[in-house]
Amino acid sequence: MLETEFTPLSALAGGLIIGLAAVLLLLANGRLAGISTILKSLISLQSRSPRGERGAFLAGLVAGPLAIAATVGLPEQVLIAGPVTLALAGVLVGVGTVTGSGCTSGHGVCGIARLSPRSLIATLVFVGVAGLTVLVTRHLVGGV
Amino acid sequence: MRTLFSFLAGLIFSIGLVIADMTNPAKIANFLDIAGSWDPSLIFVMGGASVVAFFGFRIVQTRQQPLFGERFVLPDATRIDGRLIGGSVLFGVGWGLSGFCPGPAIAGLVWGRWETVLFVATMVAGMIAADWILGQQADTGRGQQQAAE
Repeated sequence: MLETEFTPLSALAGGLIIGLAAVLLLLANGRLAGISTILKSLISLQSRSPRGERGAFLAGLVAGPLAIAATVGLPEQVLIAGPVTLALAGVLVGVGTVTGSGCTSGHGVCGIARLSPRSLIATLVFVGVAGLTVLVTRHLVGGV
Repeated sequence: MRTLFSFLAGLIFSIGLVIADMTNPAKIANFLDIAGSWDPSLIFVMGGASVVAFFGFRIVQTRQQPLFGERFVLPDATRIDGRLIGGSVLFGVGWGLSGFCPGPAIAGLVWGRWETVLFVATMVAGMIAADWILGQQADTGRGQQQAAE
């Protein structure tokens, strides 16, 4: 099993920074930091809204780890599934977040911060279903 | 200015993701694995981010408008419907199988693994397909409504 250490302090620190980023985007541009929605609006075949800002946000998402790689070095990244499973999971995440209008950042952080019942329900559903998925793949069918 | 701040927000966001180790799918899977090697760290990430955003959003929204824009653009949907639940179920299965949600997957590209590129590519394809199909349905819905009127 791929164990990881419980790291409450770095988790909390990272969480506070993520929260600050979301507040900055609302303060500066009046927008929420919902990553699936930002990505969807960037690539949508029907959206005619300006794409520069969204592209810049996603470029920032890549620039953060690049800056860390150039300075202190990146932490380990352990994948939990093979390419076939990852390809299938990618489709599910793409279709699911667009259909459900949000992901962990949009519903899980911004929506909950706005006390949106929709986002709270969505978050409970995707966390619960993801937990069940891990239960099935790791414990019932013997691990991916 | 908007583009610059958008970039900065993304940059700060992803630094938070890396510090919290959310770009590591094993970390996510262990949070989800209550019956096994449970690692509750993600609760602290989401909790910390939500609390900062809860207070920060309230302070920001005492302003009439954002610094570089005319108005705050916030979702106004309130319906809890099959689309919200069904989409969240699909997302949950994909998240549980991979340990990747959209933000950490995009930031995770920096580790340079082709499997992550594959994940992001199929995720983008899924988004385009779902967006197109939902757009068609919305158009059909509008058409039917107009015909009825």
